[in-house]
Parts: sequence; C-alpha cells; structure tokens
Amino acid sequence: MMDESNPYLPYIARIEDAWYETPVGDRAVKTFKVNFVDDKVWDTWSHRPGNCAMVGRLGIGESMFCISSSPTEKGYLRFSIMNSGGKVTNALHELEAGDTITVRGPLGNSFPMEEWEGKNIVSIGGGIGQAPLRPVINYVRANKAKYGDLKVLYGARTSDLHCFKGEFDEYREEGTACHLAIDVEEKDWPHFVGFVPDLLMEVAPKPENTIAVTCGPPILIKFVTQNLEKLGFKAEQIYTTLEERMKCGIGKCGRCNVGSLYVCKDGPVFDYATLKTIPEAFA
Amino acid sequence: MGDFKFAKDKMAEVIGALKDYQVLAPKAVGDVLRFQPVEDPAQVSLDYPNTNVPPKELMFPETETLFKYRVGQTDIEPEVPDASARRLIFGIRPCDALAYTIVDKLYAWDFPDPYYQKRREATVLFGFACSEPAANCFCPSMGGGPASEKGLDALMFDVGDTIYVKTLTDKGEEAAKAMGLEAAGEAQMKAADAQEKEALAKIKRTLDHSGIPEKLPSLYDHTMWERFSDRCLSCGICTFLCPTCHCFDIQDEMEGFDGRRARMWDTCMFSEYTLHTSGHNPRPTRKERTRNRISHKYSYFPEKFDVIACVGCGRCINYCPVNIDLLDILEDVKKAEVKEAKTA
Repeated sequence: MMDESNPYLPYIARIEDAWYETPVGDRAVKTFKVNFVDDKVWDTWSHRPGNCAMVGRLGIGESMFCISSSPTEKGYLRFSIMNSGGKVTNALHELEAGDTITVRGPLGNSFPMEEWEGKNIVSIGGGIGQAPLRPVINYVRANKAKYGDLKVLYGARTSDLHCFKGEFDEYREEGTACHLAIDVEEKDWPHFVGFVPDLLMEVAPKPENTIAVTCGPPILIKFVTQNLEKLGFKAEQIYTTLEERMKCGIGKCGRCNVGSLYVCKDGPVFDYATLKTIPEAFA
Repeated sequence: MGDFKFAKDKMAEVIGALKDYQVLAPKAVGDVLRFQPVEDPAQVSLDYPNTNVPPKELMFPETETLFKYRVGQTDIEPEVPDASARRLIFGIRPCDALAYTIVDKLYAWDFPDPYYQKRREATVLFGFACSEPAANCFCPSMGGGPASEKGLDALMFDVGDTIYVKTLTDKGEEAAKAMGLEAAGEAQMKAADAQEKEALAKIKRTLDHSGIPEKLPSLYDHTMWERFSDRCLSCGICTFLCPTCHCFDIQDEMEGFDGRRARMWDTCMFSEYTLHTSGHNPRPTRKERTRNRISHKYSYFPEKFDVIACVGCGRCINYCPVNIDLLDILEDVKKAEVKEAKTA
C-alpha cells in the first residue's frame, strides 16, 4: 500500500517497455509496463483486479487509470492509456522505455473475485473498456480451477482498434471462448460484424451461476446491461466500472461523486443493482 | 474546566503573553475580514459579527504545497506542516469551530490527510460567543448556537468591560494559564448566560432539516433545480466562503526545473470541476451543479458521516451576488412533491 502517513506521495516507477495497442494517432492506446524504482515497494504493494492508480509525470500532473495487469502477473504493473488529448495523457504518450512516471495507488475497490469462485465469468468489453477487464480475465486464467467457464466478448470500431490483440490466440489455445466484433465489415474478418450488445445476443451466455462483467463507452454499458437482463441476468450478476474526473483518488477532493458514492473510493467497481439506485451514475 | 476573565483594555497584554503560540485573529485585509497572524496585539479587536472568510483557510489553505521535486530527478520532498508549532485562533466563532468537527470526519476517513490533521492538532481554538447574530444566522438549527462549545478549547464572552473565558479542554486551560488570566466570578458567568439567551432570541431564521437528507435523492429530476440555478452566476462564492466546503484541485507548477505539486480550493459550481478529458461533463449546467451542492451538504455527506455539512453561518446567503438563499431552497425541498428517482 501507499505511504500511510501521506497518501499524496507517489512512487516513482520506470517504464520497462511501452508499445501501441492501436495505430498511432488521435486517441491511440499505449501500454506501459512499469517497475518501481525502489524494489522495496513490492514488499507492501498488493493490488486486485479492478484497482486503479494515479499515474502521472512530475511537472505535468496525474490522472486516474485502471491497472490493466492482473496481480497474478508478477514483477511489473501495466497501464493501457488512451491519448484523449488531455495534458496528462498527452505527456504520458511521449514516454518510452527508460523514462520514469509517478504511481500512486493502488486505489479504489476491486472486483469481488473470491465471491465469484465457482461461477462462470463472461467479460464484455468495448474499445479501451477492455483495460479494466483484462486483469479479471488474466486472474481467472491463472486460477482456472477456482472458476467455471470463461468467455471473452470484445469489440471495437475496427480490428486494429482492438487492444491486447496478441492475447486472443492465447485465450483460445487455453479453451477460453474469445468472441470478437468490429462495427463495420472488413476484408477477411472471420468474426462478428456489429455492435457489442448484438454480439452478446448472438453468443447468448446463460445466466445460471454466471457473472457478467462489462466496460466500455457509456452507450455500450447501457445496451449491454439491457441485453443481459433480456438474457435473464439479474442486476446483482452484472458488474461494471465507472469513471469520473478525479484529483485526490482518496475520497477528499469531492468531484468524482455519483450520488453519495465516490467513484475513486467506493468504486470504480459497482454491481448494476447498486447503480440502478443512483440516477447520477448514468449522467 | 476553569472560569477565567481579563479586562478588555488588557487584551494586548493577554495576547502578548502567548509567547509559545502563533496567534491568529481577525484582521481586515482590504475590505475582507479574515484570520491573520497577529503582529501587533494592540491591533486585535473583538468587534465583528464574523469574518468574511471562514477560518477553514487556517487548516486548509487556499493553496498549499503537497511536495516539491526537481524534474529529471526522482526525489520527492513532502512539505507536511509541523504539528509541534502551536497556533491559537483567537476569536473563532462557534459556527466555524463546529465546521471543523464536521470536516475532520472527511479528512480522517480511511486515508487520513496529514496536511489538514497536523495543522488541526497544532491549533488551539479560543472561541468568541456571539452577542449580535447576523440576519442570516441559523446555527441553532444546525446543532450549534451563539455560545456553542462544540469543537472549542475555550469560549470567550464579551460581558461589558470584561472578557469572560470558559476553558473547555486541557489545551484551552494551558493557553489560559499562559495568558496569565485571573479567576472569573459569579457575575461574569451570569452575564454570559444572560447574553447567550438574548443572542439566541435574536436569531430569526430557522431550518427544520428533519427528512431532508432522505428526501433529496428522490428530487433528482425535479424542476426546482432549474428554478434555483436560473440566476446562478457560477461564481462559486457560496462554496469558497463555506466553512465546511472542502473540495480541492491538485496541480503541478514549474519554475525552471523546480516543481511543486500543490492543492488549491476548487468548487463544484464550476463546469470544469467534473469535465472529463473526453469533453463529456456529467454536470454540464448550473442545474446539476446546484443540485449537487445542496445534495452533497444535506444528503450525501450525512449519509457517509452522519452529520449535515452545514453549520448555519449564513455566509452563502450573505455573499451570493444574486441572492440565492439556501434556506429558501431547503424549504422548497421540504415542500416538493416526491417523484420516483429516475433510473437508467
């Protein structure tokens, strides 16, 4: 955990590797594999799927990102960051292997992985929304005996906008169903063409003893949850993550609240039953 | 604890005797009355209804450095305040002391905030009971009062030529001893009691807030928010001058290669406050922002911390340039017809 006497102090981490998940340009996604400069940080560091961290550059600032690696991937953290044109994401995208960043975390709550043991897991993602789902997928893959069937459903506008492309074959080799979608027909595309909520209806996972985890643009979350309910999933079986503008990440600075909940501390992971009671969650 | 007094014309001596404390007292800075370090004890006056700027700035400055660094290097130097450097706030009004007890809960929640907490620990609160409450004061409705002792280490009463000092904690007692105060008598205590009753009777505005915290979430889609925010200028003064408003921004600032990460007051009344990088804004208009300000104080905060984040100081009413009145809003909240909360 962070320095308990001062939760505003970040760790310094060095980028060991950095690569683009999607074509370079506007809204590109770049993944940073980082390691703490002070090796002792690992003695107390412990994160869970769903946890976030404030990632930044000294002199620029910090923003909240999900940790896109699972705790079962040891010795490094991964952050997959879209350059959305802001000061921090722009500055982070300039960085390469060898450069340093600040990391303050782990922050927020996490997916209740223990509670889900014995259940089937369906991951339904869109675009950069796959980043918080990847640690869930990898956690379940690393603890296969504890979980039932794992299905990965993932879509993006075009095939080159899929993140973590190199891992899809690994999923399949292990027997994990990996259903991909693109919005518009492409030459030689062997998978689904259409939006993720439609892909979900095509795959039609059964709700019995199953947890559905979804993340993506708000419009995707909206229609995926609707379709999950059509398939018979109860709100308690559906989990998603929220995002809001954040500054402190520790429930003090005020801005990330949806109703009485702070997304930085009470979230980012919420079940749909909880979100249904908070109108601002969908604002 | 003890009962002490000092003659009003000896106030400079009494304050001057506090050698081991940095004393802060109300001082006009331009047209603005706010707590400032006392340079000349003879200049301290206890003649004011309340400061324009609440003393929250003494625990939570408008801007403060969290840590310093040099770009290209990996050393980070925290700038945490020194808890051993004692301070005494001379003349804090009971409402503002009560506000500290509310904000304390937030800064102690889960991740304790050392910057706020160290200053709080180091500070002695010498309160000053109100004899002339202002037109928009409603502290008795919020669990306070013109002579409320909550959060204070000592409470002073202006009883004619004498200031009666009632110490309430060990910290207050220790400071009173350092001031060299003499023991008070029955006369001062009686005068203080009478003054409290008179002051209470002068407070005309009231709020029965029962039911408001539970009701507010159901008014999410109510048209009242448009009505109240129509004339709002989004100036943020209601929050900047609120003793319980605690929202802040964090920014990096550079001078050459030397940088600092600092935090500064922010306000939920600004559109940028919640603006996402993507351009999406969950609270795009004054309607949503007004709703959030009221709901946060009167529903979300009490849901988390069991206390409404308002002490009835009246500043948001007094200083709103377009006369938006918190109590009018809350009366409408009570009258409003409950609609089902909208879900997605």
